[in-house]
Amino acid sequence: MRGAIALASGALFGAGLHISGMTDTARVRGFLDVAGAWDPTLAFVMGGAILPMVLAWRLTRKRTPLTGGAFPAQPTQEITRPLVAGSVLFGVGWGLVGLCPGPALASISYGGWPGAAFLMAMLAGMFAVPPMRRALDSARAGQ
Amino acid sequence: MEISWLYGLIGGLLIGCAGAVLLLGTGRVMGASSIVGGLVDGTGTDRSTALAFVIGLVGMPALLSVGGWQVDTQATSTPWLLILGGLAVGVGTRFANGCTSGHGVCGLSRFSVRGLVATLAYIGAGAVTVTALRLGLSL
Repeated sequence: MRGAIALASGALFGAGLHISGMTDTARVRGFLDVAGAWDPTLAFVMGGAILPMVLAWRLTRKRTPLTGGAFPAQPTQEITRPLVAGSVLFGVGWGLVGLCPGPALASISYGGWPGAAFLMAMLAGMFAVPPMRRALDSARAGQ
Repeated sequence: MEISWLYGLIGGLLIGCAGAVLLLGTGRVMGASSIVGGLVDGTGTDRSTALAFVIGLVGMPALLSVGGWQVDTQATSTPWLLILGGLAVGVGTRFANGCTSGHGVCGLSRFSVRGLVATLAYIGAGAVTVTALRLGLSL
């Protein structure tokens, strides 16, 4: 049951990214090109996506997920260095190519070798983060 | 292509519905980097759910494409840009614990301060990068 729900959600997500134009890197980089020929499409995508999610978060109150378990706890409000530094690094990579994790996967069937190269590098980067975190932690503990 | 905003809005609504289905159905936040990253580095729990999500995410655009709705990714073919960009996105989103879908769509919609800070940071850094690259290339 959880698998079927996740498959449907992934398919909806993929359809949304494909239809909205967010797998087109020129459109995404056009949104980021605020001082050039600005393309507002991404703002409509973000706005359209936030609407159903506001409703969904309201529906989580005093309920449990359909397949059991619990909804995520209230998020912490703590602004940490990894949050800001990580997001800045992500933004640089996003600006360089115009792909983020969702569209990188959604477009892999038609993105050719550039899409595959980007995805492989992204997965390698993700794979490297737990050891990087451990190294940073031990370096901090050793000071 | 004056109606690109309409496709954007419709696609966006589908993305929001995807997040709503995953959240209300399984209790999971629809964050692409967390779902994929958890599968890749072995830190993720509930791996079969994550895998099913990824299959849907990869499969649906493939079906649409084969069915005649084709999109050109127009991605750069400069290898060092692709590799550097991919590494930065992979490392950055995992350190930040989220990307455009997790911090952006799911975070902003629950009025998360962390989601807002992350979103402003990656859009700001992305805008600076695109502008710098454009100015550098035209010199």
